[in-house]
Amino acid sequence: MVSVLLPLPVLIPLVGAGVALVLGRRPKAQRLVSLVSLTAVLATAVALLVLVDREGPSSLEVGRWPVGIGISLVADRLSVLMLTVSATVTLGVLVYAVGEGIIDGARGTPVSIFHPTYLVLTAGVSNAFLTGDLFNLYVGFEVLLAASYVLLTLGGTAARVRAGITYVVVSLISSFFFLVGIALVYATTGTLNMAQISVRMAEVPLEVQTVVHLVLLIAFGIKAAIFPLSAWLPDSYPTAAAPVTAVFAGLLTKVGVYAIIRTETLLFTDSSMRTVLLVAAVLTMVVGALGAVAQSDIKRLLSFTLVSHIGYMVFGIALGSQQGVAGALFYVAHHILIQTALFLVVGLVERRAGSTSLYRLGGLAATAPLLSLLFFVPAMNLGGIPPLSGFIGKASLLQAGVQDGGPLAWLGVGAGVLTSLLTLYAVAKVWNRAFWRPADEKPVVPGDTDVVDRLDRAGAHEPDVATAVTIGTPGAADRAAAGATITAAVTTPVADEGDASAPQEGPQPASRAMWGAALGLVSVTLALTVAAGPITRVAATAAENLTRPEVYVVAVLVTGEEQG
Amino acid sequence: MSANAVYLVLIAALFSTGVYLVLDRSLTRVLLGVLLISNGVNVLILAVSGPAGGPPIVGVTPFEDMSDPLPQALILTAIVITLGVASFFLALTYRSWVLDSREDVLDDDEDVRVATQQRLEDSDSDVYGQEGTG
Repeated sequence: MVSVLLPLPVLIPLVGAGVALVLGRRPKAQRLVSLVSLTAVLATAVALLVLVDREGPSSLEVGRWPVGIGISLVADRLSVLMLTVSATVTLGVLVYAVGEGIIDGARGTPVSIFHPTYLVLTAGVSNAFLTGDLFNLYVGFEVLLAASYVLLTLGGTAARVRAGITYVVVSLISSFFFLVGIALVYATTGTLNMAQISVRMAEVPLEVQTVVHLVLLIAFGIKAAIFPLSAWLPDSYPTAAAPVTAVFAGLLTKVGVYAIIRTETLLFTDSSMRTVLLVAAVLTMVVGALGAVAQSDIKRLLSFTLVSHIGYMVFGIALGSQQGVAGALFYVAHHILIQTALFLVVGLVERRAGSTSLYRLGGLAATAPLLSLLFFVPAMNLGGIPPLSGFIGKASLLQAGVQDGGPLAWLGVGAGVLTSLLTLYAVAKVWNRAFWRPADEKPVVPGDTDVVDRLDRAGAHEPDVATAVTIGTPGAADRAAAGATITAAVTTPVADEGDASAPQEGPQPASRAMWGAALGLVSVTLALTVAAGPITRVAATAAENLTRPEVYVVAVLVTGEEQG
Repeated sequence: MSANAVYLVLIAALFSTGVYLVLDRSLTRVLLGVLLISNGVNVLILAVSGPAGGPPIVGVTPFEDMSDPLPQALILTAIVITLGVASFFLALTYRSWVLDSREDVLDDDEDVRVATQQRLEDSDSDVYGQEGTG
């Protein structure tokens, strides 16, 4: 059963991307294809999570080639957990993007390109999580990166081109590091199958292992945005469209973190980079948080907190203990959801007030109470206020650090607490300025009549959307997805009415699908708090498997033999 | 396995010239640098693939004399990926030229603004620390 499901998370979005590309001239059909594909991916991921959690890791030799010659796809608890979280996030962001596309139409964003590219991105992410082959991991990375280049520069405005150039060059350099690492791994072990590498690397002299290990860590460190390899991230992410930034912030860096987890727990079990990683984790946390405090634009501020919180995950991985890795896994799941939710909400703020600059925002708590609540809850979650999931994740990581007891571990615990406070300070600053401060105190007041005007103009589409959303099934995320599917089917895109002259700046209305997606993701982060018990258990079992790499090796090599 | 000195010198030359070019602000030079590094990496993969041998076709070359086909497949894949990304990068460079008549790496305005700001000139300065409030 697992072997039937295994290739689907990669295949469905790839096929969907092809279909969506062919349907480029028919936006409604295109939206339907994307939504159906990603819903199917989410369903597959959940099924895999349940099956793998019950039966243990399993692998598939693609094309029935023997192990070592063909490419293995492997589903262990770590990969299916990541897959499920990423599928949830990509679906949520797609609903938001569809909602935004319905309002914007062709204005500024060539939607016909968005859908195929977005599906290719999803396929790349799924491939990276599921592959058991180092070179296939590189291909997965390149697939998702190539898609991300297009998404980041969508529309080709001056700001996005500038950011895109930095992003492309940095990603290319990290890919070259990865390739060099692959060449060295092949030279030392004669294989690129990760299970075989894990076995054979033990016989390689420790000095050689250290070199190869470092090269791979640099490659993944750039992708995961670990200080001092993180400067590219706050520079490039904030300029992209809101849904694009949201999915990048949530997912792409975590694929790098996932690769680091595999490197540390599977490929190099002998040579320890503990000290290097601990120091990097501490620096990432503190420097990122300090950067966040200095910002005056919400998107940039959130990008810096993103960098900073990568430090927590690296801290857990660096500790290497079962509890540390389990804490890191829970934190990855929590952070993917929370960061995406926050960026979506900020996208709504931008629509509502026409800006994300703290100079220009104010009084949103009075004028947009629901929006304020949507920001406040995940923001407090990010800062680690109990009983939310951010607190649970941080607490278990700090506990693991205390258990470790070494001087560097204690330093990490201190940095973790400090970073939590600084994050809280940064989001509280946003709350004070943009939401809490009375509107008349802010320097620039956007014209309220303007907002009403635009709402009226979009009003023609409201009834369709409203009926669509009320038909939905229970469960916020489901409801949002269902609502958007029907919305996609019934609503005429604004593009047809030719609204191309409208300016990019200034307040714009948000559709129900966008609200639904943001609300859905915030609810999922809350659900993560409620369901922390089972998820912690899965994370703990996954970590337990990770501390014993032979589980993975047996799953790949033995299952491969049976199939071959 | 003894290392081939020609490969090593070639890789070193490609990497060093590539790095030098990537550090330039002109986007065309950056692209050239990226291409040089990518070729350096490809030669590296070739260098680690073991001694050269006959074509790896069963029936044509005895098994012991075959060269390893896998690294060549890897190099091909890497070349294709680099080609695609390089053309996208060229398109971006051209776009930058169309928009700004410049093909340099530009500074991030927001970054410069944050770096040079003293403090936000605003009433609730206590949120931003006490420096310069007097």
